[in-house]
Amino acid sequence: MDDDNPYDLLAAADEDGRWAFGTGFADPFAGVDMAIPDGLDPAALARYCLALADDALIYSHRLQEWVTHMPELEEETAIANIALDLLGQARLLLSRAAAADPSLGGDEDALAFFRPPTLFLNARFVEPTDRGFAAMVARLLVFSAWRLELCAALRDCGDPVLAAITARSVSELAYHRDYAAAWVVRLGDGTELSHTRMRDGLAAVWPGTAELFTASAVERALPSVAVDPGAVRGAFDAVLDSVLAAATLDRPVAPSAGLSAGLSADQPAGPLGRDASHTADLTTLLTEMQSVARAHPDATW
Amino acid sequence: MPASTEGDGTAATPWPLFEVFLRGKRGLNHVHVGSLHAADPQMALHHARDLYCRRNEGVSIWVVPSAAITASSPEEKDEFFASAGDKVYRHPTFYKIPDDVPHM
Repeated sequence: MDDDNPYDLLAAADEDGRWAFGTGFADPFAGVDMAIPDGLDPAALARYCLALADDALIYSHRLQEWVTHMPELEEETAIANIALDLLGQARLLLSRAAAADPSLGGDEDALAFFRPPTLFLNARFVEPTDRGFAAMVARLLVFSAWRLELCAALRDCGDPVLAAITARSVSELAYHRDYAAAWVVRLGDGTELSHTRMRDGLAAVWPGTAELFTASAVERALPSVAVDPGAVRGAFDAVLDSVLAAATLDRPVAPSAGLSAGLSADQPAGPLGRDASHTADLTTLLTEMQSVARAHPDATW
Repeated sequence: MPASTEGDGTAATPWPLFEVFLRGKRGLNHVHVGSLHAADPQMALHHARDLYCRRNEGVSIWVVPSAAITASSPEEKDEFFASAGDKVYRHPTFYKIPDDVPHM
């Protein structure tokens, strides 16, 4: 190939011979050994992957509910893209869980659509429906900042497949966090009305954040792979502090935190979604999400 | 149902229009791909990424406020373009192309 010839450069191939838009996608598992590493408990690995998958799956569904409710067409696409990214993460993680522990009862579809709420391991944080756009972007900021730190720490974990999945997720989550932070700043540092709404939205989601940094039996069962969520709190706090400062917002004071503002270390986390203790919101969500698959169990499209 | 407590959800004033230019992986220059609404250039870049780069299309995005573009008028089409149509001598068709010049 002649590097000085623009026509040769145009027709040059990376992975495939086509050069139209939308080609050249990378396989996240290229060169990755799919076998379960020796010394890992397959059932514990499966439960951990399931927990990370369920966070993404359930929150993706909650974000999908915002499509057609966003203020502008461009924002519809943005929120749909974010929901789709999370759905993609959930699919890979569910597949890993299914491969690690066949006794879970099937493939990614079976795990998503035929599992009862009592077997879901997502954090309770992703279950509620947000009332209003400000609360939605506040939750998206907290969720994406938290998950980004978890995935970044998992990139060199002891399971090469989980490492590959989380490595791919990091750039997606960085974009989600960027999107949410931009709105938190825009509203917080906007008009008096938008500031009030953003402050209230943040206050509405804040009590749920303590759960995200509390280790459960799921993490403790897989010490060589799982990230202790408490260990990412410092990085999370630093990000939140800089976003809230730009947004001229104070950290909400949790009712139980006494004099210290925000996420105090002794704030009780309450029941954990990782222990399969869920709110009624999850049952309602799954009833809708699983209804078509359960009504037509053999359907394909 | 989300958003039920936040008014009718529509902006009071429509956001300004931006034109989006994208350079593809093999592209040599930015190509106009469409337009979108955004409150400011930074949001326009975000929206452009979400609307026009969902299928691995681009490596670089430009956004330009549509108001910043000065366009030729459709009424002046003849003055601008038609007079070039019969001047064949402006085209380099009377030259012999050397054999080692490709893609001509």
